[in-house]
Amino acid sequence: MISKPSVRGRLCTALIMVFLYAPIFVLIAFSFNASNSRAVWSGFSLRWYRELFGDRYILNSFYTTIAVSVTAAAAATAAGAASAIGLHYMRRSWRTSLLFINNIPLINADIVTGVAMCLLFVSLKAFIDFELGFGTLLIAHITFNIPYVILSVTPKLYGLDANMMDAARDLGCTFFGAIRRVMLPEIMPGIVNGAIIAFTMSIDDFVISYFTAGSRSETLSMTIYAMTRKRISPEINALSTLLFISVLALLVVINIRQKPAAEQ
Amino acid sequence: MSKELIRLRGCTMAFDGDVVLNNIDLNIRDKEFLTLLGPSGCGKTTTLRIIGGFTVPTSGDVFFDGVRINDLPPHKRNVNTVFQKYALFTHLDVFENIAFGLRQMRPKLTKDEISRRVFEMLEIVSLRGFENRDVSRLSGGQQQRVAIARALVPRPRVLLLDEPLGALDLRLRKDMQNELKRIQQAMDITFIYVTHDQEEALAMSDSVVVMDGGEILQIGRPEDIYNEPENAFVADFIGESNIVDGVMISDGTVEIFGRRFECLDRGFSPSEPVDVVIRPEDVDIVPLRDGMLTGTVTNIIFKGVHYDIIVDFKGFKWLIQTTDMSPVGGRIGIKIDPDGIHVMPKSRYSGMFGDYSSYSAEYDEISDVAAEAETGDAREE
Amino acid sequence: MSNNGGAAKRFFGPRAFAAPYVVWMAAFVVAPVVFVVIYAFTSGDGTFTAENFLEMGRFVSVFARSFWLALVSTVICLALGYPAAYILARESRRVRRAVIVLIMLPMWMNFLLRTFAWMSILERNGLLNRLLGAIGIPPLDIIYTPAAVILGMVYNFLPFMILPIYSVIVKIDRSLVEAAADLGATPRAVFTRVIAPLSLPGVLSGVTMVFVPAVSTFVISKLLGGGKEILLGDLIEMQFRGTAYNPRLGSAIALVMMVVVIVFMYFMNKFGEGEEGVSVL
Repeated sequence: MISKPSVRGRLCTALIMVFLYAPIFVLIAFSFNASNSRAVWSGFSLRWYRELFGDRYILNSFYTTIAVSVTAAAAATAAGAASAIGLHYMRRSWRTSLLFINNIPLINADIVTGVAMCLLFVSLKAFIDFELGFGTLLIAHITFNIPYVILSVTPKLYGLDANMMDAARDLGCTFFGAIRRVMLPEIMPGIVNGAIIAFTMSIDDFVISYFTAGSRSETLSMTIYAMTRKRISPEINALSTLLFISVLALLVVINIRQKPAAEQ
Repeated sequence: MSKELIRLRGCTMAFDGDVVLNNIDLNIRDKEFLTLLGPSGCGKTTTLRIIGGFTVPTSGDVFFDGVRINDLPPHKRNVNTVFQKYALFTHLDVFENIAFGLRQMRPKLTKDEISRRVFEMLEIVSLRGFENRDVSRLSGGQQQRVAIARALVPRPRVLLLDEPLGALDLRLRKDMQNELKRIQQAMDITFIYVTHDQEEALAMSDSVVVMDGGEILQIGRPEDIYNEPENAFVADFIGESNIVDGVMISDGTVEIFGRRFECLDRGFSPSEPVDVVIRPEDVDIVPLRDGMLTGTVTNIIFKGVHYDIIVDFKGFKWLIQTTDMSPVGGRIGIKIDPDGIHVMPKSRYSGMFGDYSSYSAEYDEISDVAAEAETGDAREE
Repeated sequence: MSNNGGAAKRFFGPRAFAAPYVVWMAAFVVAPVVFVVIYAFTSGDGTFTAENFLEMGRFVSVFARSFWLALVSTVICLALGYPAAYILARESRRVRRAVIVLIMLPMWMNFLLRTFAWMSILERNGLLNRLLGAIGIPPLDIIYTPAAVILGMVYNFLPFMILPIYSVIVKIDRSLVEAAADLGATPRAVFTRVIAPLSLPGVLSGVTMVFVPAVSTFVISKLLGGGKEILLGDLIEMQFRGTAYNPRLGSAIALVMMVVVIVFMYFMNKFGEGEEGVSVL
């Protein structure tokens, strides 16, 4: 772009950052509060961290969240990458219509996706004996994750040199060998990116889980939602702080490791 | 030279009813340097892809060493390809790119064997010391060399090259032309080379195949293609040509602009209308009264070694290359020796080429390359 | 096009990789939509009816309020997000990278929790009012008002406005800007005639990504609006999980919403035509 932004411009951006981070600082600060007030500071304490590790209810919902996010992200990444490759080799007309269906969960409001799947599961119960729970939760998460993976992988496939696959076959690979030895490694950044997006979406989701998990499984979001009706335990603040700091640490490590390569 | 290695018989290729290759026959001899030459869309790349095994012809047969190989997949063919824009594997370094083909071999090669052959190849393409580089950090010319090394290391009997120099700048292209010729002779294998650059084709090839509209127009040694083009298209595409209408009077005599010229061509029927090719360098400028034809100079461009001058003969403009300066507006006479005149039968290309009325200083080939480079990037599927 | 091998290989070729996905999407994307349509158009005994749609007439005010609040939030997000994206795009590569990470990072903190934190800030005795009190300004009554709901929406969805606009602006070829300036355009004209039109696809996807979740939220209105004035999301939720259990009415409302979103997307895509790929998200 043309010139460097002005000081005033940068100040505005900084203010937006403050706006984005204000509640997060509040959350983190009050995870160290001695009392359970969420507005009055009564001194530093690690009490909520200690109690967190004894709270089976919160920990269980945390485990559920991690289990469903990891499984759904892994399944969606495999399925999404495979289908992106499949779509890549389809006729344009087919691809366009399938991508339209692929986009439905992306463009629809979460609540519409949620109630639609809820209706499906409830209606199926008339024919098949099952209960809403971890299984349906997982199906819902995989379903809304796949489109993100496909969207992340497809541009990488487009970006591949049209002759790359031919080159691999020319040098002795079978068609599927070429996919494994050349196409997959070449599009790997897109696959990893898709996996991260899928995992993030799963971790952050509340609405779709709320309509598809039934009463047996509860994700962290659902636990928090249930608590907002009464009061939220600062243990949740403590757990979120831990999560936030782990992600932050991870990002810092990734950035430090990438830097030497990027600046070579 | 040597025996036949590849034969295409009646090969036709159509994509969704669009015929891109129309019933071509082509024999390629072992260890020759053969160039498929033509404008974009002429079917040259399709021909190459049929030989490489990436496309199966809609009809017709492909023979390799006498064996029909229509359905043999690329990985089972003793043929390797240097692709347009190289198609290097960006997730692998230079060493691994070159070793790729060796690692696919069964029975497996030993580590030492792979390493030995890769380094031997690095030596041939002068890339020693680059083995651990990331391919995306190489210059165009270096990437080019990696692509050649990668295709040569499995020791194919035929190397296919699809416009390999198209992305390089002019200077580098000249160097690489010599380099490729050297490599071909050193490896002692067949090269099949695709290009739209006639100079490149003439400079490197043992045989040139001129193609247009999915058909082969002429096959021959570079000298034959240049000196004895079979129709107006070939005459115009290879080098510069003045192409004028003429009438064959008898063997050895052709009439142009109402004047009779002596020529070496024979075998036409009496009074047959023909196309006559006169190369710009075969025209001698002589004093007016000695001229077989007289015309007016309308344009002159200094080209270093010679002048390009445009001369108007009765409304038809000729390009003449001469070392003598003639001022614009001056009248000159010209003389053409019998061996400077080439007579061709009329074809569907008659009347389309060879008039320099809209001549401009830029050679089309240069603008052609630029256009090609741009459309190449935008290409999809 | 690679078409080596026999007919069998052509049939089972690489396209088959998409087969499980096609089956999955038919079962869990298309089928649920079909169920929504069936529920929306039937009565309890399974006969066809338009009654569910007629019943929505009672909730005109909810529709109006939801669309209004979503519209206001979208406009505010655009007003904040566009300049931010524009400024960010002009920063050096390192700063850009860092800021993008900073914008994405809050998404890793549960959004319910972040919204809940705003309650602590905005409450009558919350942090904001304590801060104001300390410098002698009378307390503000923000919590449980439409303003608080809008703030919650802007807070949650602002990144979805900044990121798509940013990613479009950052790709604008520098030489286009220089060419415009070279042809005599003032900086202002460079912006209005070159940058703004080129960034339109980003704006369109940003607007979509903010408006759709804003019009359908049911958590933000509950927490920050106090549940006094319900929104469309709350209305749908009540029909499925809440007190007013009536999935047929809920499906009808969801269907209307889906149609509105698809029509909206359709026009957005028409608008930004020629920019394939960006328009999707």
